[in-house]
Formats: sequence, structure tokens, C-alpha cells
Amino acid sequence: MMMEISHGRRIVNVVMLSLSGVCTILVVGVLFFILGYLFAHGIRSLNWAFFTQLPKPSGEIGGGMANAIVGSGKVLLLATLIGVPVGFLAGVFLAEYSGKTFAFVVRYTVDLLNGVPSIVVGIVAYALVVRPMRHFSALAGGVALGIMMIPIAVRTTEEFLRAVPNPLREGAMALGATKAKTIFTVVVPAAISGLASGMMLNLARVAGETAPLLFTALGNMFWSRGWLQPIATLPVMIYNYAIAPEEDLHQQAWAAGFVLLTLVLVINITARMIIARGPASSRR
Amino acid sequence: MATPSSITDVLRRPASRSFVSRLRAGNEIAYLITLVATVSILAVVGLIVAELWQNSQPTVKTFGWHFLHTSTWDPNGGTFGALPFIYGTCVTSFLALLIAIPLGVASAIFLAEMAPPKISNFLTFLIELLAAVPSVIYGLLGIFILLPIIREYLVPFLRSTLGFLPIFRGPFYGVSLLSAGLVLSVMVVPFIVSVSREVLLAVPVEQREAALALGATKWETTWQIVLPYASTGIVGSVFLSLARALGETMAVTMVIGNTPAIAASLFSPGYSIAAVIANEFAEASGQLYVSSLIFLGLVLFGLTIVINAVARILILTTSQRNA
Repeated sequence: MMMEISHGRRIVNVVMLSLSGVCTILVVGVLFFILGYLFAHGIRSLNWAFFTQLPKPSGEIGGGMANAIVGSGKVLLLATLIGVPVGFLAGVFLAEYSGKTFAFVVRYTVDLLNGVPSIVVGIVAYALVVRPMRHFSALAGGVALGIMMIPIAVRTTEEFLRAVPNPLREGAMALGATKAKTIFTVVVPAAISGLASGMMLNLARVAGETAPLLFTALGNMFWSRGWLQPIATLPVMIYNYAIAPEEDLHQQAWAAGFVLLTLVLVINITARMIIARGPASSRR
Repeated sequence: MATPSSITDVLRRPASRSFVSRLRAGNEIAYLITLVATVSILAVVGLIVAELWQNSQPTVKTFGWHFLHTSTWDPNGGTFGALPFIYGTCVTSFLALLIAIPLGVASAIFLAEMAPPKISNFLTFLIELLAAVPSVIYGLLGIFILLPIIREYLVPFLRSTLGFLPIFRGPFYGVSLLSAGLVLSVMVVPFIVSVSREVLLAVPVEQREAALALGATKWETTWQIVLPYASTGIVGSVFLSLARALGETMAVTMVIGNTPAIAASLFSPGYSIAAVIANEFAEASGQLYVSSLIFLGLVLFGLTIVINAVARILILTTSQRNA
């Protein structure tokens, strides 16, 4: 015999459950709203000059962000060269060598570093690079973003190396390979697709960072020569143009926002899809 | 891969080898290099603390604790008080959580308890993409889309319904504590959703089955059994997003108004710790000015570290209890 559930309880049930569904739709809707708006606005303001020309002096219409696009590339390259090797090697240490207590301490520190606000990292990069060298530079921006890349690089490496099955290690050892040889010729290659996509996600995360670049890379209206000059980057340009009074600059900010978001999302989606398929392919 | 000769090599080797021969095998080098990288990360964190501490000493020596509870910010006069920034940071973060917690937890409930796994995974994927959107882009949308919407619809609505409250009085210029709180709430929702969903999914199925068998409705099961079981982890996710909200810089800077004042009304412009550093650091001149900004950075650093640490412990506790 079924017990009757009272009318009131049934109504509460339906109302609350539908409400939770509505909340989900609302949150997901925000994403589509952002995408739609940036797409509509960005496409309209995007033209060839955006990719090929320098910014015009203030007051003049037109110009582009060629220098900021190249600048972002240079700063991100530096950041990758700093953050990925350090994070990768530390991740290898945690996964393959470290004792329990030390690994716990390191993991916790890495988590803390991951939680440090980006603006604080900017201050530190300023104190470490800009002040001793006495001027803003691409290098300082790269150091700031490089520090920000370390935590994810460590966690990604450790996670994907741990996912490599032990028999693979034992097989290599049984063939007489040293531990180092096992790690770098057997374990790492087995995890390579996951590692690569993890690092891509990491790069996408810092590609949009603005705060730590404000007083490290600063900005530049021209081509910057070498690595020790102030350098323009896309996120900082978006910020400067968005808070500027001129309508033409707002249009360019939309265009730059569109380019940046497309870049970040494409990398994100690709990397996540590779990771989602990852474990199966590494177990092959 | 090892050649047969190296296998015999290994077999022939005495049990205790000299350091040099082990070095030649690459083992010790690999160990040392990875160890150095690991230690260098600890050093970086140490360096961050040391730099912040050392560079904020002039302010600590000049103002002491007064820095944290006085509200005059006068770079020209050489007087620095951080209260307006601390106030702005706390108000906007609190507002953000007020909106994001119900929205985020409700979404997590839907994704963990109701949606079929495939749809749930796909929607979570989309929500996590929301977390990947750079904060400067949230700021851009905040300035040009959210501010007009707030001005046209939300503010008149709040005035007419809740206008008797002091927090909804006074003129509204667009940039305000309210706008910053709203932008922040959108930015932290993904964190609450994805962590809370994980925690909810980790609640044992038996708990639900038992409640349903006793005649509870789906909602009663969720509200009275599943949520309490997962509450520690959900609180952890809230702390995680609080830490994120406190340190968020660009989006807040672009919509908060950058005025170092303490006003009761959410409609009035304010300032946050991260925003003042972003705005004034590059142009700050004078040792005391720079050191005051760095001290603010230290305060922010300390706050986020503590909150993050608490969040980690909370989330760890739930996941271990379930494991």
C-alpha cells in the first residue's frame, strides 16, 4: 500500500526542484549572454587594421593593436619558459621521488601560491625585477605571469604522472632502466597528451591576466624592442581603452575583448576535450 | 630502452655504488634537478612574503595599527588610512556571496541531484568555461552592459521597494559598490557550482535511498539529508570563492568608482584594496606612499591565504570522510 504524500509537500517539492533548474539555466545563460554580446560587438569593430596597425595617437580615429598582440605573445612566451619547467620538474619530484610529509608541505604551499591574488604577484614582480632594473619591462611581466603558472603546472604534472599505471614503471625497471630513465623515457611520454593540454589550460588562464601586468609590463603605444622595454599586451589595452572616454577606443576594446576571449575559450575547450579522452589513451 | 649490456651492468654492480657512478647513471642528477625546482617554489613563496613584509615596514613603523582603522587617504599630505578600501572590499565580497551562494548551491543541487549525468556534465563544462573568462572582460561587460541595466531597471526597482533602507538611498552614478558586488557575484558563481556539485556527488547513494524509502519527497531528501551531509564541503566552496572575490582586481576596479570613501549606501562609489593598488601603484611616488600600497597588498595576501587554507581543510575533511 502506498502512503499518500500530502498536497503541500508535493507542491514544495515541485517548486523547489524547478527553482534549482531555473538557477542553473540562469548561470549557464550568463555564459551565452557574454559570448553573444562580445561576438556581436566584437565582430562589428574587428577589421584588418586591428591586426596590422599600431594604435593611433589619442584623438585620432582608427589604428589597431598589432603591437599588443605581439606583446602578449612575447610576455606569455617568457611566462611559459619560467613557469612550466619549474612547475613540471617539481611535479615530477612530487609524483616520483618525494616522501609523504615533504610532498604534503609542498602541495599545501603550491595551493597557497595558487590562491595569491594576481595583483599581489604583480607587486612582487615589481619589487624583484622593475625596481632593481629601474624600468618597466616585458621581462617583469613574464616573471609575474610565470610565477602564476607554477601552481597549475605542478598540480597538472603530478596528477597526470600519478595516473600512469605502475606496471609501466616496473616494466622499465625490470629491463634495467634507471629510475631517471624510467621517468623521462617511459612515464612522461605516457602522460604527454594530458601534460600538454594541462599546460595549455594553464597558459589560457594567465593569457587574460591584467592586474599583474599593470605595473610590470606597463604598456607601450609603439613596437617595443627586445625584452627589457615596456610592452603592450591585449588585456591591459582592453582595460585602458574601456576606461578611456573616446567611443572609438571602446569599439577597439570590444574587438580586443572578442579576440582574447575567442583565444582563451578555444584553447580551453580543445584542452578539456583532450583531457576528457586522456586517461583512456594513456592506458592504451 | 635499456640494452642487454646495461642489464648485465646492473647485475654486476656492487650493492653500494660510489656517488660518481650513480651520478653517471643520471639518477642523482634528475633527483637533484627536480628537488631544486621543488625547493625553488617554496623559496618563491618565501620571497613573496619577505618582499611584502620588508617593503611595507615604513608604513608599519609610521602608522602601526592605525593604518588599518583610519580612513584618511591623502597621498599629497602623507597620511594613509586603509579603512575605506577594507570596507569596500568586504562590502562587495559580502554582496557577491549573498547573491552567488543561493544561485550556486541551487545550480549544484540541480546538476548533482536531478539532471541526467550527460546533461549535468555538459552544463558543468559550460559553467566552468564561465570561470575561464578573463576578469578584464567581465569589467568590459560590466561597464557597458551591466551599469546601464542597473541604472535603468534595478536601481528604480530597489528605490521603490526597499528605499526605506539606508543601503538603498542616495544618488546613483552607475559606478558603485552595488555594481561591483553584482559583477563579482557572476564571477564567483562557477566556483561554488563546480565544487559544491563535486561534494554533493560524493554523498553516498544509500543516504538518499534511505530517506526516499521513508517517504520523503525528492526535495526533502535533498534539503534535509543530502545538503547537511555535504555542508562542510559547500562551506569550503564558499570560502574558496570568498578568497577569489577579495583578491579580484580588474572587474572591480572598472565598476566600483574608485573613491576612497565609506558610505552606507550601496549606490555610492567606493574603492577596494586590489583596486587601489591597481590604480595607484604605477604612479605612486615617495617611499611612504609605495609602502602603504604594498602593506595593503600584504593585508590582502594574509586574508586570502587564511581563507584559502580554511577552505582547503573544509573540502578535504568532507572528501576524506566520504572516501
